[in-house]
Amino acid sequence: MNPAPASLPETAPKPPLLSVNGLRKHFPLKGGLFGQTTGVVRAVDGVSFDVAEGETLGIVGESGCGKSTTARLLVDLITPDDGQILLESRRLGVDLDVRELRRHVQMVFQDSYASLNPRLTMEDAIAFGPRVNGMAAAKATALAHELLAKVGLEPRRFAGRYPHELSGGQRQRVNIARALAFSPKVVILDEAVSALDKSVEAQVLNLLADLKKELGLTYIFISHDLNVVRYISDRVMVMYLGEVAEIGPVETLYANPTHPYTRALLAAMPSMDPDRRTEEAPLTGDPPNPINPPSGCRFHPRCRNAESVCSAGSPGLFKLPSDRHLVACHAAIPGSGHSLAEMPA
Amino acid sequence: MTMPLVEMKDVTVRFDGARTVHAVNGVNLTLMPGETLSILGESGSGKSVTLKTLLRLLPENRTAIGGEVRVAGADVLSLDGRALANHRGGVVSMIFQDPMLALDPVYTIGDQIAEAVVRHEGVSRQAGLARALDMLTRVRIPSPERRMKAYPHEMSGGMRQRAMIALALACRPKLLLADEPTTALDATVQIQILLLLRELQREFGMAMIFVTHDIGVAVEVSDRIAVMYAGEFVETGTVRQIIREPRHPYTKGLLAANLHGAVKGERLDAIPGAPPALETKPTACSFAPRCPVRQEGCETARPPVASFDPGRMVRCIHAVEPALA
Ligand SMILES: Nc1ncnc2c1ncn2[C@@H]1O[C@H](COP(=O)(O)OP(=O)(O)OP(=O)(O)O)[C@@H](O)[C@H]1O
Ligand SMILES: Nc1ncnc2c1ncn2[C@@H]1O[C@H](COP(=O)(O)OP(=O)(O)O)[C@@H](O)[C@H]1O
Ligand code: SF4
Ligand code: SF4
Ligand SMILES: [Mg+2]
Ligand SMILES: [Mg+2]
Repeated sequence: MNPAPASLPETAPKPPLLSVNGLRKHFPLKGGLFGQTTGVVRAVDGVSFDVAEGETLGIVGESGCGKSTTARLLVDLITPDDGQILLESRRLGVDLDVRELRRHVQMVFQDSYASLNPRLTMEDAIAFGPRVNGMAAAKATALAHELLAKVGLEPRRFAGRYPHELSGGQRQRVNIARALAFSPKVVILDEAVSALDKSVEAQVLNLLADLKKELGLTYIFISHDLNVVRYISDRVMVMYLGEVAEIGPVETLYANPTHPYTRALLAAMPSMDPDRRTEEAPLTGDPPNPINPPSGCRFHPRCRNAESVCSAGSPGLFKLPSDRHLVACHAAIPGSGHSLAEMPA
Repeated sequence: MTMPLVEMKDVTVRFDGARTVHAVNGVNLTLMPGETLSILGESGSGKSVTLKTLLRLLPENRTAIGGEVRVAGADVLSLDGRALANHRGGVVSMIFQDPMLALDPVYTIGDQIAEAVVRHEGVSRQAGLARALDMLTRVRIPSPERRMKAYPHEMSGGMRQRAMIALALACRPKLLLADEPTTALDATVQIQILLLLRELQREFGMAMIFVTHDIGVAVEVSDRIAVMYAGEFVETGTVRQIIREPRHPYTKGLLAANLHGAVKGERLDAIPGAPPALETKPTACSFAPRCPVRQEGCETARPPVASFDPGRMVRCIHAVEPALA
C-alpha cells in the first residue's frame, strides 16, 4: 500500500467546476457509390476528466486524436452518443440546460478570420451575443467597448473596424473579447494562438494570463505546441485515438511521463540545445486515424514496450500514487501481467 | 581555396502591383558547399521571397530585383533558356510546406522522379526508374516498389513529404532550398523528416537553406542561422551564437517568445506591436517602433552593421559597443 500522506489537506476538496464522464462520439463514415455508411470514426471514445475552478487544463495529442471533438462536445456544438457533462455538479439535460452551459462555457478557435462576420464592426461583433440574450443595445455597446479595452484594443480606434482591417493577433483579441461578453466560467481555447507569429503569440499568452487572474477564469487549452502547454497549464491531458492516455499535473507529466506515448510526444519536440540535437525519431510513420482502432491498448502497434497483454485488453485509466496522476498503460498497472509492471501489493 | 556555392550581394526585391511591397531590403549571404543555414523569421519577413529569388521563381513582370546573386559560379539573375532550366532542379532544388506544389497529381511518384532524372541528366528511362526506386528507398518510404506506382493523393501527409524530398534530391542538387517543409506536420512526423533531411544532406554533401519560424527546427537542421526581419538579416551567426549570445533585440525577443527559459506564472517578455507593412523602403531601423532599447538616432538613420568575423553580423546600434548590448 502507499504510505499515508504526511499531512492531510485542511478542507475537503471542492467538487470540480466541469466534469466529463464516459464521453463518446462516433461519426459515420460515408463511402461507396450511394454514400452508404461504410464504417465509423471513433473520434471520442470514452473520455472522462475533471477541471477544477481556476485551473488550466492543457490537451495535447497528434492530429485527429479527438481534441477538437472533445471541445465541441463540451459546448454542445455536437451531441454526444453517450456520456455525461456536469457543470458545478449539475448534469446537462437533467438540471442544466444547453443555453446555460453555452453561456458558461465559451470557445475560441484557431481561425480568427472565419469566426468573425466580415460585415460586422468589432463593437457589433462583441455586442451581438449579449444582445441576442436580451441586453439593451446601449448597454451591450458599452460592454463591447469595455471588453475591447480589456483585451488591449483601444475602443476609440478599433470599435468601428471590420475584420479585414485587423491583424491576426488583433482579430484573436476580438474573439477572446467576444467569448468574455457572456461572463463565462470556462473558456476553451482550441489552437487559439497557433496561427499567430511567435512575438504576437507571446502578447496573447500574457493577455490570457491577465484575464484569468482578473476574472477568475478556468481554461481548457488545446495546442500542439508542448512548450506553450507547459508554460500555461496546471494539468495536462494526453489523448490518443479518441482516448485519454495520461493525465496529470504539468510538472509531473513533463518530468515523469509514464505512458510511452507521452514520452514519445515529448521526445519529438525539437531540441533547443545545439549540443544535444535529437538523434532518433521516437515514433515512425504517420498518426493513425480512429477508424477501426487497434484492439487492446490502441497505441500497441507503435509502442516499443508492447507485449501480448497489450493487444489482448484495454488498460483503462489507472490512478498512480502521486497526486492526480492517471495513466492508461499495462506497464504501469500492478498485476496487469506486463513484464514491466509491479506485482500487485 | 574553395569557392562559395552561394553569394548574394545587397539583394533587394520589390513587388510593383496594386500595392508596392519592399519584400527584401539588402540581403548579403555567403554559403559554402555542404553548409546548412536556417533563415529564421516571422510571416511576411521575406524568407520565401529570398528562396524564390535564388531559383528565379518570382513573377518577372511585376518584380524588381536588385543586387547580385551567384550560385555555383552562375549569375542567377541573367540566366535564361536551357541554363535556367538546368539551374532549377539540376543545381538548385526546392521543397515546400505543401507537397502538392511540387508533385503532379496525374503522374505516379515513380514516373515523376524518373522523368526529372531523364530530363536533367539525359539518361535512359530505365536508368531514371532505377534512380526513382533508389530515392524512394533512401527517404524510407515503406514498400518502395509498390509506392513507385502510387499517385500523390494515395499517400499520407508524411509520406507525400518524403516523396517530394525524393523528387527534389533525385538529380543530386548542390543546393536544397527548404521552405517550411515541416510546418504543417505533427511534431512526431516533423522530427522524422528533419532527421531524414539532416542525414541526406550529409550523405549527398549538399548545401541547404532551410526557412522556418521555429527556432527548435533551426537548431535541429542547421549549422548557422540568419534572423530575418522586415526583409533584412538583422543577425547572423552559428546556431550556438544565436541561441547562447543573441545580440540583436529582435533575436532576444524571439527567443523569449519561443519560451526559451520561460518561467511558469511569470509574464513573458513579449515584443509589443507587429512587423511593418513594407510599403516604403526602410530609411531607419525597421525594428525601432517595437524595440525596448531604442535610442535617439534609431528612427532617423539606418543602423550600422557590426561584423565580428565572417558569418557573424548584427545590424544594431548597440552591437558596436558590446557592453551596452
Ligand atoms: N463531423 C465529422 N464527421 C466525420 N468525422 C469527423 C468529424 N469531425 C471530426 N471527425 C474525425 O474525428 C477525428 C477526431 O477529430 P478532431 O477534429 O477532434 O481531431 P483533433 O485532435 O482536434 O485534431 P487536430 O490536431 O488536427 O485539430 C478525426 O479522425 C476527424 O477526421
Ligand atoms: N508575388 C508577390 N507579389 C506581391 N507581394 C508579394 C509576393 N510574394 C510575397 N509578397 C510579399 O512580400 C513580403 C514577404 O513575403 P514572404 O517572403 O512570402 O514572407 P515569409 O517570410 O513569410 O516567407 C510579404 O509582405 C508578402 O506579402
Ligand atoms: S499498454 Fe502496452 S502497448 Fe500500450 S502503452 Fe502500455 S506498454 Fe505500450
Ligand atoms: S538599432 Fe536601435 S531600434 Fe534598432 S534594434 Fe538596435 S537599438 Fe533597437
Ligand atoms: Mg483540432
Ligand atoms: Mg513563407
